[in-house]
Amino acid sequence: MAKRTIIPFGPQHPVLPEPIHLDLVLEDEKVVDVIPSIGYVHRGLEKLVEKKEYTEMVYVIERICGICSFGHGWGASASIEGAMGVEIPERAQFLRTIWHELSRVHSHLLWLGLLADAFGFESLFMHCWRVREHVLDLFEKTTGGRVIFSVCKVGGVRKDIDAATLKEIVDTLNGLKPEIQKLADVFIEDASVKNRTQGVGVVTKEEAIELGAVGPVARGSGVYQDIRLAGIGVYDQLGFEPCIEEAGDCYARTVVRIREVFQAIELIEKAVELIPEGPIDVKVNGNVDGEFILRLEQPRGEAFYYAKGAGSKFLERMRVRTPTNQNIPTLVKMLQGCDLADVPVLALTIDPCISCTER
Amino acid sequence: MSYVTKSPWVIHYDGSSCNGCDIEVLACLTPMYDVERFGIINTGNPKHADIFLVTGSVNEQNKTVVKQIYDQMPNPKVVVAIGICANNGGIFRECYNVMGGVDTVIPVDVYVPGCAARPEAIIDGVVKGLGVLAEKRAAMEAKATVEEITEKEEA
Repeated sequence: MAKRTIIPFGPQHPVLPEPIHLDLVLEDEKVVDVIPSIGYVHRGLEKLVEKKEYTEMVYVIERICGICSFGHGWGASASIEGAMGVEIPERAQFLRTIWHELSRVHSHLLWLGLLADAFGFESLFMHCWRVREHVLDLFEKTTGGRVIFSVCKVGGVRKDIDAATLKEIVDTLNGLKPEIQKLADVFIEDASVKNRTQGVGVVTKEEAIELGAVGPVARGSGVYQDIRLAGIGVYDQLGFEPCIEEAGDCYARTVVRIREVFQAIELIEKAVELIPEGPIDVKVNGNVDGEFILRLEQPRGEAFYYAKGAGSKFLERMRVRTPTNQNIPTLVKMLQGCDLADVPVLALTIDPCISCTER
Repeated sequence: MSYVTKSPWVIHYDGSSCNGCDIEVLACLTPMYDVERFGIINTGNPKHADIFLVTGSVNEQNKTVVKQIYDQMPNPKVVVAIGICANNGGIFRECYNVMGGVDTVIPVDVYVPGCAARPEAIIDGVVKGLGVLAEKRAAMEAKATVEEITEKEEA
């Protein structure tokens, strides 16, 4: 047996903006074991239910993560609405779906950029983020914020989008399509990129199911799983079908996310066609009583929300389980047996969001 | 900006931020805002950095990390606290695992408020930090000159 070396990776490292610590156990260049340790970003915000009213809690939960912030806001308000038995208007559901898919476009473009950065393709990283800025401009125009929106509330949404702006969203996204396609061609066809992603970090379908992988990681391994098929939103009216790839390597996961970007644009286009006129919120009175469980497909995978009321202005418990948390066992499995040089690419391939994981 | 005598290299550390300010810090470096054209580079090595950008508040687990990065940076150095969480804890102030702003652990020179702080505000903060950096360098040089004179006199 070769001599074992332990290399600490993080918490301050240039791969991700976020701190995560991995102890990599090496035999020569091969990683034989990985011990992840987390807790650098833990804030304990679920405990804030005791200090913030349920209407304010939506904005706290939204700040779990700045990348999928809209999804968290949606999950929190929908679970509280469920616990109160509130039905929100159809237009609000459509608006929420449009914003959620828009944040999927921005999140996946961000991830594609970071992946390019991880394998050292700096100019590709810059181009992905250049395209992403246009999506952020749409957010700024419709919600007022670039990354934190605070546009979901218990009972609906706070802002309406008029028909002209909806059309502008679709036009802008369709205008971006050729640019995204150019970027996608590099990820899909470039030989040096394929060398870094193809056959790296293979997770079989059985392993993905056993380790409880969610989101693009599961779909990249051929698991037919997407909460948009069964969850909240108006996806049933939009003819949604999940993007599945079979190979289970980094390349397959990249292709899943690229296809989801284009799919999200199509979903937005369809939602804009079908959106009904009407009110955007209902008045919500009284206290929360009862409990509710809800699942939502975030850009990173399935997120789970639980809200329990105690008959007062304050909730008794708010629980969120986020997709990265679910994918860490899969990451450890991928890293066992890989080369040291592949660690950054593999760590990125699950699209880790540490502030989601630790809350 | 006549006082800009140096293109600062920055280092970024995420205390316990929600990611919002972090991606805005990265957005500053990318083509839309593009501070790299002024030679401002995001480095991963504290020993190469002039300006320390901290997002998010500090807690028991990461205060040593923040302190270590600060201690490893060569003088003169400037700390910019980005986002309201780094300033005083912000919306998470009442959480049990939040000690408060970054200034509870290391001295902060520039505060950039906002949730999330906009890239324009972050760039503004860094430019302010450049002024502080120049002042600190001048103070260091003056002190060095005084010491040199005293040494000569003693000799």
